[in-house]
Amino acid sequence: MTAGLPWGAMARLTGRRLLAAVPVLALVTFGMFAVAAASPFDPVRQYVGSGVGASAETLDRLRADLGADGSFAEQWWTWLRSAVGGDLGSSLSLRQPVTQVIAERLGWSVLLCTVAFVAAVLGGTVLGVAAARRPGRLLDRTVSSLGYTLQAAPPFWIALLAIWLFAIQFDLLPAGGLTDPGSDAVTAGGLLRHLILPATVLAISQLPWFVLYVRQGVLDALREDPVRGARARGLDERTVLLGHALRSGLLPVLTLIGTRIPELITGALLVETVFSWPGIASATVRAATASDFPLLAALTVLSAIAVLVGNLLADLLYGLADPRVSHDEM
Amino acid sequence: MATTHPPTPATEPEQPWHTPAHERRGTRKVRVTTSAALVATAVAAVLLVPLLFPLDQQAIDLTSRLLPPSWDHPFGTDDVGRDLLLRSVYGLRVSLTVGIVAALVAAALGLAVGCVAGAAGGRTDRLLMRLVDTFAAVPHLLMGIFIVAMFRPGVWPVVVSVGLTHWVSTARIVRAEVLSLRTRPYIDAAISGGAGRRRVVLRHLMPAVLPQAGLAAVLMVPHALWHESALSFLGLGIPAHQASLGTMINAARGPLAAGDWWPTLFPGLFIIIPTLAIAGLAGAWRERINPRRRSELVL
Repeated sequence: MTAGLPWGAMARLTGRRLLAAVPVLALVTFGMFAVAAASPFDPVRQYVGSGVGASAETLDRLRADLGADGSFAEQWWTWLRSAVGGDLGSSLSLRQPVTQVIAERLGWSVLLCTVAFVAAVLGGTVLGVAAARRPGRLLDRTVSSLGYTLQAAPPFWIALLAIWLFAIQFDLLPAGGLTDPGSDAVTAGGLLRHLILPATVLAISQLPWFVLYVRQGVLDALREDPVRGARARGLDERTVLLGHALRSGLLPVLTLIGTRIPELITGALLVETVFSWPGIASATVRAATASDFPLLAALTVLSAIAVLVGNLLADLLYGLADPRVSHDEM
Repeated sequence: MATTHPPTPATEPEQPWHTPAHERRGTRKVRVTTSAALVATAVAAVLLVPLLFPLDQQAIDLTSRLLPPSWDHPFGTDDVGRDLLLRSVYGLRVSLTVGIVAALVAAALGLAVGCVAGAAGGRTDRLLMRLVDTFAAVPHLLMGIFIVAMFRPGVWPVVVSVGLTHWVSTARIVRAEVLSLRTRPYIDAAISGGAGRRRVVLRHLMPAVLPQAGLAAVLMVPHALWHESALSFLGLGIPAHQASLGTMINAARGPLAAGDWWPTLFPGLFIIIPTLAIAGLAGAWRERINPRRRSELVL
C-alpha cells in the first residue's frame, strides 16, 4: 500500500454511509417509541413509584416534564430533538442524566471489550493456524470441535463456571466488580486482577468465530498457487505457512472484524452482568430490569451506532484489502 | 449461536468449511447419526418424561437440598431439594418449545418479507431492505432485551422478541434466492401463460425457496434456544418459578457462590448438546440442498 490510500473514495463511502445511517437510526428510535407505546409501561408511574398517592395534577405536571404527554410520535420527535442537542433525558433507575451514565461507564466497557477482542483475534489466529497446518489431525479436530462447542455454550454459563473455578474453588481472582470489598479506589494492579476473568470469558465467547474463519482462510490459502510456488522454490514450511498462507488467509478475517460488533455487544451484555462490571452493557440490563426507558433507549441507539461504524470499517478495510473492489461501488 | 449473524452481504465471503478429504464420508455419517440420535432422545425425553414422572416439579424437599450427583440423582439436587435431571428435562421442554415457536415465527416472517422484496423489486424492495438494515443494526439480544423489558416477563414476550429479531437473515437468504429464480425460464413461461404476480409468487417462487427457508428455520432453533436462555438468565424471560434452562442457571448462582457447581453445570450442558445436535443435522441438510457449502454452525 505504498501507492497511498484512496482517501477520496474512502471519504465518499463514509459520507454515503453517514447519510444512510440517518434514516436507519431514525427508524430504530421510532421503533423503540412504538414498542414502548404498545406496552403497558408508563414512565410516570415508573418515576413516581407504585403505591404513592400522587395527585392528578402532580402526575400531569410530571408527564409534561418527562415529555411523556402526547402521542408516541410526538414523544419521539421531542426526544429526537433534544437528543440531537445532546440531552438524552434522565435515567429513571439510576436517577442521574443519561449522558452522565454513559460518560461514567463507557470507558470501562471499551476497556473490557478492547482487551477481550484483541485477545480473541490473537488467540484465534494462533489456534486457527495451528489447526490448519495439519487438517484432519488430532490438533485440528480438537480445535474445531472445541470451537463448535464454545460457540454453542452461553457466555454467562462459561462466566459462572469460571467464577466457580478461579474465584471460589481456588480463590485466585476476584469474582466481579472493579475494586476489592471495603475499598473504592481503583488501582492499576487491582484493575488488572479484576479484568482478567471477564476479559478472558468475553474473549472465549468471541474466539470460535475467529478460530474457524482463520483455519478456513489458511486452509484455502494453502491450496492456492502462491503457496504452491513458494513450496516449489524450496522455502521451508514455516515461511510458507506464516509468510504466505497466513498473510492471504488472514486478510478476509481482518476485513470482517468490524462486523463482529453485534456479537461483541451481545457477549458484553452477559459478561458484564455476571461479573458486575460497571460498564454500559450491565447498565443496559439494569435499565431493562427496571423498565428504565430513557436509559435503555439511549444505550440501544448507542449500540446501533457502534454496529453501523463497525460495518463501515469492514467495508473500508475490504476495499483496501481487495484492489478489485472499489469503495465507490459499495 | 448466538452468535454468527450474517455479515453485511457486501463483505460476506464464501465460507465453505471444507472437511478434509480423509474425514469426509465416515466421520460425517457418524456425526449425522449421533446428532439424529441426540435430537430424537431430547424430543422423546421432553415429550415422555412429564407423562412418566408427572410429579409436581415444584415439590420441595428440604431434607435433600443440594445433594451432589449420585445414582439416585444423576445431576444432584437444587437448593430446595428438587431433582436436577428431572428439572433440566422440564427446562429443556420449555426452552425447546419457545425456541421452536420463535424460530417458526422468524422463518415465516423472513419468508414473507424476502419473497415480497425479491418478487416486487423497485421501491418496495428498497424500502423492505432498509427495514432489514434497521433490524440488523441493533444486536439481537439487545433488541430482545428492549422488547421484553417493555412488557411483563413471560413466555410470549420472549417468543415475540426472539421471533421479531431473527427474521432478518432468512429474509436476506430468501430474497437472494428469489432474485436468482426470477430470471429462470419457467417463471417467464408462467408469466407469458398469463399468471398474475400473486400466482407467480405463491405457486412458482414460494415453493422453490421453501427448502432454504426450512433450513433457516431449523438453524434458527438453537439460536432461539440460546436467546431464550440468555433472556431468562438475565431475569427478563421466562418467570423464575417456571423451569427453563436460563432461569435454572440464574437460580443456581446462590449455590454456586457457596461452591456447589452442579446446579450450574448440567442445565448448561442441556443447552450445548441439543444446539450441537440440531446444528449437526442442519449442516447435513444444508450439504444436501446446497452442496457447495460445508456444514457451518450458525448461532
